[in-house]
Parts: sequence; C-alpha cells; structure tokens
Amino acid sequence: MAERVTRANGAAHASKDQLLGYYRDMLLIRRFEERAGQLYGMGLIGGFCHLYIGQEAVVVGMQAALRAGDQVITAYRDHGHMLACGMDPNEIMAELTGRSGGCSKGKGGSMHMFSIEKAFYGGHGIVGAQVSLGTGLAFANRYRGDGKVCVTYFGDGAANQGQVYESFNMASLWKLPVVYIVENNQYAMGTSIQRSSSETHLYKRGVSFNIPGEEVDGMDVLAVREAGLRAAERARTGKGPVLLEMKTYRYRGHSMSDPAKYRTKEEVEEMKTRHDPIEHVKKLLIDAGHATEESLKDIDREVRAMVTASAEFAQASPEPDPRELLTDVYL
Amino acid sequence: MPSMTMIQALNSALDVMMERDQSVLTFGEDVGYFGGVFRVTEHLQKKYGAKRCFDAPINECGIAATAIGMAVYGLRPVIEIQFADYMYPAYDQLVSEAARIRYRSANDFTVPMTVRMPYGGGIRGGQTHSQSPEALFTHVAGLKTVIPSTPYDAKGLLISAIEDDDPVIFLEPKRIYNGPFDGWPDRQVAPWAKHPASETPAGYYKIALGKANIVREGSAVTVLAYGTMVHVALSAVQESGIDAEVIDLRTLLPVDIDTIVASVSKTGRCVIVHEATRTSGYGAELSALVQEHCFYQLEAPIQRVTGYDTPYPHAQEWDYFPTPPRIMKAMRRVMEA
Repeated sequence: MAERVTRANGAAHASKDQLLGYYRDMLLIRRFEERAGQLYGMGLIGGFCHLYIGQEAVVVGMQAALRAGDQVITAYRDHGHMLACGMDPNEIMAELTGRSGGCSKGKGGSMHMFSIEKAFYGGHGIVGAQVSLGTGLAFANRYRGDGKVCVTYFGDGAANQGQVYESFNMASLWKLPVVYIVENNQYAMGTSIQRSSSETHLYKRGVSFNIPGEEVDGMDVLAVREAGLRAAERARTGKGPVLLEMKTYRYRGHSMSDPAKYRTKEEVEEMKTRHDPIEHVKKLLIDAGHATEESLKDIDREVRAMVTASAEFAQASPEPDPRELLTDVYL
Repeated sequence: MPSMTMIQALNSALDVMMERDQSVLTFGEDVGYFGGVFRVTEHLQKKYGAKRCFDAPINECGIAATAIGMAVYGLRPVIEIQFADYMYPAYDQLVSEAARIRYRSANDFTVPMTVRMPYGGGIRGGQTHSQSPEALFTHVAGLKTVIPSTPYDAKGLLISAIEDDDPVIFLEPKRIYNGPFDGWPDRQVAPWAKHPASETPAGYYKIALGKANIVREGSAVTVLAYGTMVHVALSAVQESGIDAEVIDLRTLLPVDIDTIVASVSKTGRCVIVHEATRTSGYGAELSALVQEHCFYQLEAPIQRVTGYDTPYPHAQEWDYFPTPPRIMKAMRRVMEA
C-alpha cells in the first residue's frame, strides 16, 4: 500500500494555460463564497451555509484529474465542488437564497444541490451518507462498463461513521471505480481530529480493506491533481478504489454561526498567510513569467463580475410558487 | 428563582444530576470540549472532567450502542444526538436493543439511558436539520418519548428521564431554545425571561413522565399540542378569541389519556397540532385515542393541523409550518360543524 506525502513542485508540472485556469477557478470559488457570506449577513440566505474558503485547491485539482462524465458527490460544504464541476454560479447562488431560479428550485438550499448535466450527485446534509451513495454510483459505472470514475468526497468528521467502512469493504471487494477523497481540514465542526480519531492519519483508514492510501498536500493544486490522476487511473482500469487524504484547512467557521472557540486566531492566520492555495498558484505563475500582478487583476475583475451577476440573479429570481411545496414528491 | 432559557434549564438538569449521581455521564458530538452546538453541555466538562462529559466521534450508531452497553451495567448515560435528523444510523440500536432488552431478558436488564435530540423546524434548516421524528419512537414498544415546551418543564422532565430505568427519547424543540416562538415568523420573539415558565429552580425537582399540562383552560374546543406547537396554538387561540382548552402533552408515551379524555368530554371538540408529516404521524394515534374514548361526546370530526407529507422544504418553510392561521382555521371548522 502506498503511504507517502505527495508534494508537486512548481510550474514544470503544468502549462501556463492550465495554471491560469486553476487560478481562475479557485478565485471564483473564493469570491463566490465571500459573496455568499455577505448575502447571509444581509439575511438573504438563511439557515445553514458552510463556506469552502481555504480548501479551493482540493476540488480544482481533482477536477483537473477527471474526464468528462466522471461523477462527483460530496457532503454539505458543497458550493466549491459545484463551481469546480462547472455548474452555473447564478443557479447555485439562487438556490442559496431559496429562489425558483436555483438549481433545486429552492427546495434544497445550501446543502442539497444537484446537476445531471455536470454529473454532480449532491450536496448531502447527513455526515457520511454520501460515501455509500458514491460507492453505489461506482458500482453502476462498472455494471454499465462506461469507464467512468466516481469521486466521493467526505470530511475528517465523516471518517468515523460506520457506513464509510461498510462502503470501503464493498468497493475494494468488488473493485469499484471510486476515488475516496477525505478532505481533512482538521475540525469536525468544533471538535479537532485529535479529540475524535484514534488514528489521525486518515489515509491509513483503508489499510484493512486493501485500499491504498496517500496523504496529499491539499493546499497545492498540482499535488492534488497528480495524486488524483494516479488514483483515477487505478480506479478506471479495474484495480479498485483509492483513498486520498487531502490535508487542507477551512478559514471560516464550520457554518455561519460558529463561536470559533476551538482553535486560535494565530493558527488560522498562519494558514492564511503561509499556505494559501491561491497565493501559491499566483506565485507559480509570476515566478515562471506566465503572468504579472496586473494581468492577474484582469482575471480577478472577470471573476468578480461573474459573482456580482450571480448575486443579482439570486436576488431578482422570484420566490417559488406556493404550489411547488407539494410537487416532486409522491403524494 | 432564577430565570433560565430552555438551554440553561437543560444544562442545569444535567449539572444537578451529575452532581447527585456518579453514574450519570453525558457524551456526544461536540458535547465535551466545545460544550455542544446549542451549548446545552457548556461547562460540564470543566466541572466534572472528561471522564463524565466527553466528545464522541461522528458516529451516531456507535454513540447509541455504547450508551446501551453502559446502561445495562448500571450507568445512566445521557447522549446527545446533535440534530434529531442525524439519529437514523442509531435507530437500529434504539429499536432493536435499547427498547427490547428489558423484555427479552425477563427484567434482568434495563437500559436507563436518555437520548437528547434537538428536533423540529422554524430555523430554516431544510430537510436535514428540521425534522420531527417523534412518531418513529412512539411506535416502538419499550421506549418513552418526552417533549418539553418550557424551561421549567425541560429541567423537571429531563431529571425524570435520567432517573427513569427505561430508555427515554428526549426531544428538544430547538426553535424555542431561546424564546417561546409563537408561529408568526415576522414578529419579534420575546425572550424566555419574559415568560413565567422560565422561572426555574436552581436545584433538584422532577416533573413526572406521563403527565400532561393544561396550559389554558377553556370550554369550546380541546387543542392537543407539544413542543413549539404549544406556543403556536396558544397564539392562535388568543388571536381567534375562541375559548379553547390547550393541553401540552409533555410526554407522548406514556400519554396522559385521562387528561385528554376529561377535556374532550367537556368540550366535545378536538384539534391536534404537530409539525411532523401528517400520515402515520403522532396525531393519528391521538385522533384514534380520542375517538375510542370520547366518541359519544364528540360534536364534530377531529381536526389535525400538521406538516405536509413532503420532505421539509428549504425556501417554503412558512408554507409548511403549522402557523396560527392554519390552527385558527381548524378550530373554526370544528366549531362550525
């Protein structure tokens, strides 16, 4: 079983266009989430809203390792995954505000969104439940023989749910084309991994199921992509599942009402200033002469315009028709 | 007497019982170091140590199952399932083990555990943070199900639940943790401090399980409610001017059938209110009981005001939630019949 830390080193591994694409995609997620946080503060988004800021390199790197049609399924911190999949920011933001223009017509909200077109299977509010669903998607892929891989995301908190291990066993036993991604941001809501897990190196959690694991620097989009490519290749060629532990960090609270008493401000600052995934790619671009501070500002402007448009759409889109309450369910 | 929110009252109940009884302990997700996402277990780890108040990993099945094991060997665990919506992985353990061990061991073993769960809607939590699963428990022989509606009741009932030798499902209406929400989403909610039932003794006291509370006496119609809906029903009664008798059941199983029968025999009319979905909801059981016991006293068909038979919606919460206008409509319907 593979046990190593994957650290890619620099622009040699990616073309200028690829790097610029990753930069743009990560920036879109960050700006989108910042705006979602603002709309929440204004009362336009209600209930639960979990922001992905800080973890952008994981989904953008993994998306770069996938082929068209490969599926993605994740938990409730899902806005970044949907944007990385190429879903329309307008529809995501309108779902957050609970409007009829949202991708689930206002029925799902922040944690429950889907896209057939982009093969995004949600968006799940119950911790760990999606791991088994992703395993089933992978079974369907093998059954159909369509060569697709299902990327199944979960968090360090979900890694202690029993159904995760039921899924690991079946996926390995049946050699299913699934890549398990544990996004280890070190805190399950307010409980650190040290307080909840007997083995904190989560990439080892597949050992007794013969699932190879790798620990990956999840703040480095290229390291993520490389590990993702290897894992997807293995899964796609019938060799079975892989478990990738992405070491990452969320800058914001677990959700919007988080007293943040469980970690120090210094710890958060350290991650923001020294390990930021977007600054990392920015440095690669500038050091390699692919971009300048000025040229990157153009990307920033483009991204901000998209996000502003999505916020405007999400406020202008009408409330759902009252009759919608009783549709899309067997009655 | 101190004024408490429901959160403080629950915290006080745990504190009192951990102080009195070394066999009482509490654990769950974020319960120890963090003090619970709703702060119900705040300061308990500091006071009683991590041996008696501690964090569990996110594994509801494991939390329930280990608590059952502790309980059959004489401990009195109080577990917190962070949201009732998360309890389904634990359901097998609660139904197949906790509820039945006393019966199948011919009374050799009992399971004196309490399962605390914040439940219910009104917080824009969508379908995975708003459910009311009480009927899934009242359907199970061997479980008791309790739902308080005030800080005073919450503390007294929780102490009774902890001291009970059988497993008690203790559902906490999270919408009224901090104030008695009356079902009007656009109106300011008064804090508990302004409500008489926030007066809560600092020490030990009990409210017996299986005893309902008549929160408003009246002669025209009986309204049966529990949890948040007690306050919503009271608001509807006040707005409508109908002289309704409002009964807070407090314990769903065992249910206080005597109080219900006495009231409906007097009023001849009955409206049942709950947030949960309608079909096979607890209101169906109440309706059957009232019909069985009071058929010859009934002047009109029993009315139910409930959530609709859909998953809990995100955007359309206030169309789904049984707000006062829907309760008023049901009361008028039984009055006109």
